[in-house]
Amino acid sequence: MRSDKSTSAPFGLKIAAASGLLFLHLPLLLIFLYAFTTEEKSYQFPPPGLTLKWFAVTWERADVWQALWLSVRVASISTMIALVLGTLCAAAVSQTRFFGRETISLLVILPIALPGIITGIALRSAFSLADIPFSFWTIVLGHATFCIVVVYNNAVARFRRVSGSLMEASMDLGANGFQTFRYIILPNIGTALLAGGMLAFALSFDEVIVTTFTGGQQSTLPIWMLQELIRPRQRPVTNVVAMVVVIVTFLPILGAYYLTRDGDQIAGSGK
Amino acid sequence: MTAAVLFENVSRHFGAVRAVDAVDLAVAEGEFFAMLGPSGSGKTTCLRLMAGFEQPTAGHIEIFGETAEGVPPYRRSVNTVFQDYALFPHLSILDNVAYGLMVKGVAREERRKAAEDALAMVKLPGYGVRRPGQLSGGQRQRVALARALVNKPKVLLLDEPLGALDLKLREQMQEELKSLQKSLGITFVFVTHDQGEALSMADRIAVFNDGRIQQLGTPEEVYKQPRTRFVADFVGSSNILPPEFVAQLGAAPQFASLRPETISLGQNGSGRLVLDGTVLSRSFLGAANRVLVIVNGTRINVMSPAAASIPAEGDPVKLSFDRADLHLMEAAS
Amino acid sequence: MSAIVQQHAIQTGRGSLAGRVSDFLWKHPHVFLTILLGPPLLWLGIIYLGSLLALLLQSFFSIDDYSGLINYEFTLATYRQLLNDANFDIIIRTILMAAIVTLFSAVIAFPIAYYAARYARGKWKVIFYLGVMLPLWSSYLVKIYAWKLILAKEGILTWLVTKLNLLWLLDAWLSLPVIGGNSLSVSYTGTFIVFVYVWMPFMILPIQAALERVPTNLIEASSDLGGTPQQTFRHVLFPLALPGIVAGSIFTFSLTLGDYIIPQIIGSSRLFIGQAVYAQQGTAGNIPLAAAFTVVPIIIMGLYLWMARRMGAFDAL
Repeated sequence: MRSDKSTSAPFGLKIAAASGLLFLHLPLLLIFLYAFTTEEKSYQFPPPGLTLKWFAVTWERADVWQALWLSVRVASISTMIALVLGTLCAAAVSQTRFFGRETISLLVILPIALPGIITGIALRSAFSLADIPFSFWTIVLGHATFCIVVVYNNAVARFRRVSGSLMEASMDLGANGFQTFRYIILPNIGTALLAGGMLAFALSFDEVIVTTFTGGQQSTLPIWMLQELIRPRQRPVTNVVAMVVVIVTFLPILGAYYLTRDGDQIAGSGK
Repeated sequence: MTAAVLFENVSRHFGAVRAVDAVDLAVAEGEFFAMLGPSGSGKTTCLRLMAGFEQPTAGHIEIFGETAEGVPPYRRSVNTVFQDYALFPHLSILDNVAYGLMVKGVAREERRKAAEDALAMVKLPGYGVRRPGQLSGGQRQRVALARALVNKPKVLLLDEPLGALDLKLREQMQEELKSLQKSLGITFVFVTHDQGEALSMADRIAVFNDGRIQQLGTPEEVYKQPRTRFVADFVGSSNILPPEFVAQLGAAPQFASLRPETISLGQNGSGRLVLDGTVLSRSFLGAANRVLVIVNGTRINVMSPAAASIPAEGDPVKLSFDRADLHLMEAAS
Repeated sequence: MSAIVQQHAIQTGRGSLAGRVSDFLWKHPHVFLTILLGPPLLWLGIIYLGSLLALLLQSFFSIDDYSGLINYEFTLATYRQLLNDANFDIIIRTILMAAIVTLFSAVIAFPIAYYAARYARGKWKVIFYLGVMLPLWSSYLVKIYAWKLILAKEGILTWLVTKLNLLWLLDAWLSLPVIGGNSLSVSYTGTFIVFVYVWMPFMILPIQAALERVPTNLIEASSDLGGTPQQTFRHVLFPLALPGIVAGSIFTFSLTLGDYIIPQIIGSSRLFIGQAVYAQQGTAGNIPLAAAFTVVPIIIMGLYLWMARRMGAFDAL
């Protein structure tokens, strides 16, 4: 039975779906508008005028650059650690049959399934118990922990698609384990790892809750923004930073989507 | 002479499941050897044991006289044509075929030439630049064959090589595989569930059921002298006569197999056994007629040439056959 | 020997180190598995689980030290000055907020998920997918910041309401007890809106996944049997989508339960669990009490996950 019914939605549903999506996107668009406002003392709407000067002001700000640089370094190192650990875990879970696979999956997911404040406070109290001073590495330790799951999810989905017989075929043709990894496994899971890495980077770059507890006096970009949110001092600069952050996090999401679009559905749904 | 593949009392258990149970077999060098059986009969596990993807739970395996258990697949001169072909999707056809030579460190020019020759041998010259996704099922199968043969294996394993092809292509490939094997002189071991395929291609057949070999012999032996009811039933179709019926024919009271095409309608020739029965039904099969006759409560299928005249349903009929065609079987299974 | 001329059937010991290591791992799959699993398990086990257990242990110390009283009463006795409201109030308030946020998220998410699952095709499918993924993944703080801009007294919402001559309605709403306040940005209403905005996207994809598994002919069968659209929704669509809703609600509920930044920036001065934990470990420096507080969301989420599992929600994740 084919009819128009099956291809076009009821009017009410269209409205509800469209309103829902607008609700999600309009506030983000507003961020772009405010980056250009001439008003610097309040959040006045509509903006009394538009200007580009805050971009120049922000460009000159050493504290913003420092925070950005710290965030990029933390996100890069955390992503690399998460890539190694997440891939190993995914390989073990999907390539071999053993007891306790469910437990492993649960353990990997736990750091993001429990509220971030619990992870944060647990790490902080552990650091103080073990007399570890706050440093770049204490931040990385926390970030890598909750980034593992993103890489793991992407890698597991792809491993499932790369049929086991490809690996057997490679071994059959004389390739040892390392050669099979180099020539067969890596090319086939590469894009999934890249996508997982991009999402992990975005996750770490944006993280604030755990960082609050593991960062000490250091400011990552989100920590810098949080301070501005609690006590606004540099409204125009904050507006510009917010817009840049939106753009910087959109790029890896789009990249991850294009890398995984044939088949691995919902690459990032396990944020 | 050393066997190409030798199994001595080989078992492979998965937990409580005995996939392969105390199997002995010897594949001769240069032989076209078939492992035939229904799914789950252990034939594929035997193939994987030869390739090295599985290790025996017990027993001993030799390949050309050398111990094979505990040797990884990449250290065996044994190559496999996989059921799903398992072509590497990210590599071109040429790189797929040259893969085995590449990982062995053969120089680029040399392996390219060898791969092109192998593609020509399977009648796909010039296909090297394509990707596996751009080929038809039949073409992919030829690539898988070339990819295995380019390594000059001592044994080539084929896992249901023709299963995914349609009938016409399958018949054509049967011929090609057979002549390829003859010209190369490589030992071929192939797994199939299709008894027709096994009968027409193999030099010898091992019939598997429940992890054990039921019978091992030439196609003719397996067909004409099935050792067990399972073999009689699985290889071709047969009338399996119960012991009491067989006893009435003056033979030992055992199950016996009687192939439908060995029975004639009517009493022709002398020295043949004759049975009286009634025609239950008949069906026209093109080259022959199948007539179902009931004799003393036992149903017997008769395959009669299309030209012969057929009695009507319900008519009394005489059946005759040579005593030599009545084949007594072992009591078991 | 003919071995040099004729290829061996078994090539033992090809000299390279990689080859020998590969042989070893192939012969000892358990060693291989240990090598694969070792690093991630050590990391997660020691760094994460270790910290978590140490934290939870500290909450037990407070029980041992102060003789058998359960945590909440002990903290009430010692920190009466700091916590004017009973901790119980904080917990109830937080759970209530998490429940309402979850409910509204489901209501807003459902049409989007339903449209994406049943009607969106080709290009529109991609637009819907990215339209959900981008807000889901965009910066948490920026999203809060956007609402700070919107809800500010001089911001776009007040401007819009004034233009529509509805200022009286907003004032009436703000004058309501409990949910009102001086302005939206310091009221529960504001906190609620931002919670829904930030966590709702997590609800969409699981519902969509559940709905995509409902065969279209089930819906056609229902209307064929005389079901009105409302009846079809109630008796066919909703029950089948429920695992997806429950799966999504794991996120919205858990994330609301533990959040301390949103109510801190947009909300009244009354605390949520996350804020209480934050205050206890920070300003008050009372790790045992903070640790005891974290047990609350862990237990609630444990129960929630157990129920969700029984409803088959994990298949929709």
